[in-house]
Amino acid sequence: MELANIEQLIKKYENAETTLQEEQVLKDYFQHDNIPGHLIEYKAYFNYFTESGAERFTKTIPLKPRKMNWKWLSIAALVVVMVSIYSINQSRGLSEKDRLEAVNAYQETQKALQLISKNLNKGEHVAIAGLQEFGKAQHKIFKTTKK
Amino acid sequence: MRQKEFLHTVLPFKDKVFRLAKRLLVSTDEAEDATQELYLKLWKNKNKLKQYNNIEAFAMTMTKNYCLDQLKAKRSNNLKLVHSNYKDHTISLQRDIELKDSVRKVHELIERLPEKQKMIIQLRDVENYEYEEIGKILDLQPTAVRVALSRARKTIREQLIKQHNYGIS
Repeated sequence: MELANIEQLIKKYENAETTLQEEQVLKDYFQHDNIPGHLIEYKAYFNYFTESGAERFTKTIPLKPRKMNWKWLSIAALVVVMVSIYSINQSRGLSEKDRLEAVNAYQETQKALQLISKNLNKGEHVAIAGLQEFGKAQHKIFKTTKK
Repeated sequence: MRQKEFLHTVLPFKDKVFRLAKRLLVSTDEAEDATQELYLKLWKNKNKLKQYNNIEAFAMTMTKNYCLDQLKAKRSNNLKLVHSNYKDHTISLQRDIELKDSVRKVHELIERLPEKQKMIIQLRDVENYEYEEIGKILDLQPTAVRVALSRARKTIREQLIKQHNYGIS
């Protein structure tokens, strides 16, 4: 590219009349090393743009971890639901068995208590009879001593 | 919009978003935070994205608004942005100016421009957008973009030449 041409382009450039293609021509031109002295300050200028355009965003964009969190959260929720359903079912099954057992136990204890009370009644009769015997004996004794 | 599709439409311009954020917020850390924040916003609004025919321009506008909001919040908190990373006065005193230093100087000069010109320079000279696109992003007429751009370019060139001559003499 001729020097006069470049100078003309620079003038157009400063009036913001250049197209993107022409600006690229300027940027390419100032990449070279043999720049005439009076244009040397433009070298840094145009190289600066090329250089800062090469800067990259190196950090990660925080969408993926968030997405993963949702996934894990849903899995955790699913586990909780499954465990609770399982445990509810389990406890329901147990309660039926328990009820039967409890009824059985109740009947058994009732039987046992009735047995005890029957025997107790029997024993009471015996005991009262025994006491009456005692009373008879006492009467006899007290009568004899009074006499 | 699924994640894959979302990333496919949105990831290609992540560097542009980052560079615009950095241009406005100066610090790399803040620009990275802003980029992440912006992508989260995009992701949350992913179902509305299809309404926009130019998602990239929309995202750049969002970036611009977000960064300007950040700057405003910072100013109202009386926390002035510290440019100390880029200021090195010993360099301007050196007679022998290396290319690296003058590149840094260009950065400094752009830093001093008003925000609108800063954004336009960034979008045009670094990201190579057309005037119409820049107008759409910044909500300006293309002619206004040209005027601001020309002003910014001339300011930088004048300052550069001034500093250059100062360095030699």
